[in-house]
Amino acid sequence: MTSDGGAGTAPVARLRPPRHRVSRRAIAYWTVRAAVGWLVPLAAQVVWLLSDLSNPSPHVLWLAVTVIVAAVHVVVMPQWRFRVHRWETTPEAVYTQAGWLNQSRRIAPVSRIQTVDTARGPVEQLFGLTNVTVTTASAAGPLKIDGLDHETAQRLVDELTSTTQAHTGDAT
Amino acid sequence: MTVDADSGLAPAAVAPQWRRLSSRMLAVHPVQETLRALPALLIAFVAGRSSGNGGLWGLFGVVVTVGLGVLRWATTSYRVGVDQVQVRRGFVRRRVLSIPRDRVRTVDITAHPLHRLLGLVRITVGTGQSDRKEGLRLDGLTAAEGDRLRVELLHRGAAVATVEPEATTGSVATGGVVAGGVAAAPAPAETVLASMRPGWVWYGPFTLSGLVTIGVVAGFVYRLANEAHVNPGRFGPLRAISHQLARVPLGIAIGEVALAVLVFVAVASTVGYVVAFWGFRLSRQDTGTLHMTRGLLTTRATTIEERRLRGVELSEPLLLRAVGGARCIAIATGLRVGRGAERGGSLLLPPAPHAEAVRVAAEVLGDPRPLTVRLTGHGRRAARRRYLRALEVAAVLPVGLALLWWLAGWPGWAPVVALAVLPVAAALAADRVRSLGHAISGGHLVVRQGSVVRRRYALAREGIIGWHLRQSIFQRRAGVVTVIATTAAGRQHYSLLDVPVDLSVPVVAEATPGLLDPFLIVG
Repeated sequence: MTSDGGAGTAPVARLRPPRHRVSRRAIAYWTVRAAVGWLVPLAAQVVWLLSDLSNPSPHVLWLAVTVIVAAVHVVVMPQWRFRVHRWETTPEAVYTQAGWLNQSRRIAPVSRIQTVDTARGPVEQLFGLTNVTVTTASAAGPLKIDGLDHETAQRLVDELTSTTQAHTGDAT
Repeated sequence: MTVDADSGLAPAAVAPQWRRLSSRMLAVHPVQETLRALPALLIAFVAGRSSGNGGLWGLFGVVVTVGLGVLRWATTSYRVGVDQVQVRRGFVRRRVLSIPRDRVRTVDITAHPLHRLLGLVRITVGTGQSDRKEGLRLDGLTAAEGDRLRVELLHRGAAVATVEPEATTGSVATGGVVAGGVAAAPAPAETVLASMRPGWVWYGPFTLSGLVTIGVVAGFVYRLANEAHVNPGRFGPLRAISHQLARVPLGIAIGEVALAVLVFVAVASTVGYVVAFWGFRLSRQDTGTLHMTRGLLTTRATTIEERRLRGVELSEPLLLRAVGGARCIAIATGLRVGRGAERGGSLLLPPAPHAEAVRVAAEVLGDPRPLTVRLTGHGRRAARRRYLRALEVAAVLPVGLALLWWLAGWPGWAPVVALAVLPVAAALAADRVRSLGHAISGGHLVVRQGSVVRRRYALAREGIIGWHLRQSIFQRRAGVVTVIATTAAGRQHYSLLDVPVDLSVPVVAEATPGLLDPFLIVG
């Protein structure tokens, strides 16, 4: 009963990253979202600066620091995220990868899938993006693929639901 | 259903009749509610002596609670349909709780002393999802009715609708109970897997359950002192004790208090053990269920469907391990584990000799190998991470105290004494390293980890419904990965900490053959 999986035979088999990236439009969406997020502290700092013009130098310094951090985040984060957020499906399994510093890979057999959800926020709709969430009967967390384009997401959902229906049982 | 069940005699033509709780419950409620309100009443009474009418208020409270109890009895009814169980309750807001019968995963029958006096039981139906809420609970069925309901709910489909008495104090089968029109057959064949031996009480003091008792007692005394303005210092024996403690040197006083607490915890833990687990018995019925009964005063009977079972957890808290004890918990879908596991009904064996726990776990799994198989350790890098983690956490105390000494002028000996936590942390880390390991044994993934509570999980491979491989930036540099098997049962996920990357793929591939193959590259 031991080691009847074909993978165990090779000396060093490694798990490769999932094959597909999410939609390129996701980069633009993440950039916009990050930029909007930074507007709030920036606006607060500008107000602070204007309210205390007698001694502006420390405020200007902090403002400059914030601008630099924000710029790096807005430029680097979406590119990085695009490179590490990946997904792949086969008729038997769904495989996702996420996380920039802490890498998280999830694999679920299609036969154990319980629900496949899609969600689109208002801004995501503008960019033509869809998030797909695949859940199993475990409460240990779903598989999420964020930032697919509509067509790919729809095709993925159709594919998963049709293969899931072929399996019976309560998938626990 | 608009028709109310009034007579209970009309033949159920289409829909089954609504059934009521036993009217004997009317006798239980007032006593039960009064007992529950006793601390509050006591406080009200003591406080009332100064303000004048506390007793009156207390009486009023009792009347209200008793009234509510009667109302609850009158408005609660239930029925078991072909595919649904329904409970109807509520006076102002009528609520009907419906549960599909195929969602029923456990049936739990408890009877506290008052219940037992009157031959009543409380039945709790576990559905997994709703077990945090009240779920489906019926308080006050007759014992026979409760057993009938249990059999009805769990052994559907099978034509054997049988009843055996065990929630009551083990008399001979009364028989003759009719379930769903099928006359009671002889009791199903049953194999006893474990039953408690008096010697197990020895493990009681090492469970430390008495600490909870201390907490409860201290809380009660504090409330009493606070709300009723009772000054404990005026209480004779207490005053004598505090005087005695004030006379002796500090070291001896601390020693005396520690000894007293130790004795109290040991006694309370032992009493707790006996009360909770006396008469423990685990059996397998040929209808595909595991049946557990226990309890000295309050009896408790839990039934778990074996098709919900996904494995077994063997846990050894440090103290219990030191005296060669262990306990056993079921990993099943729809059953709670971890905190409240004992009340949640997944207990398979109370603290008992280690060999006994292994034997029972093997019986339940139907395979002894997962419990004895040699585990693969996670290597040097995992070990280094255990030490680092432990020492990082332990260093907080001496470093913090040193900072306080430096900045706030705290005594200088404090950080030096606090250095003593470092060897303790190192010892714990060493033990964690020894514990850590995994194996695939037959149909099970076996994981062991922990020191303060060492746990060995045997999780059925078919019960694994996904994998989560997690690597922090430090783990990536160390070349290890945390492999998490997700499941619908028990804790929902079981982790293999810091598996060397080269070992991780074979584990997953062996536990779930073929799943990983498309995602692998060689070399």
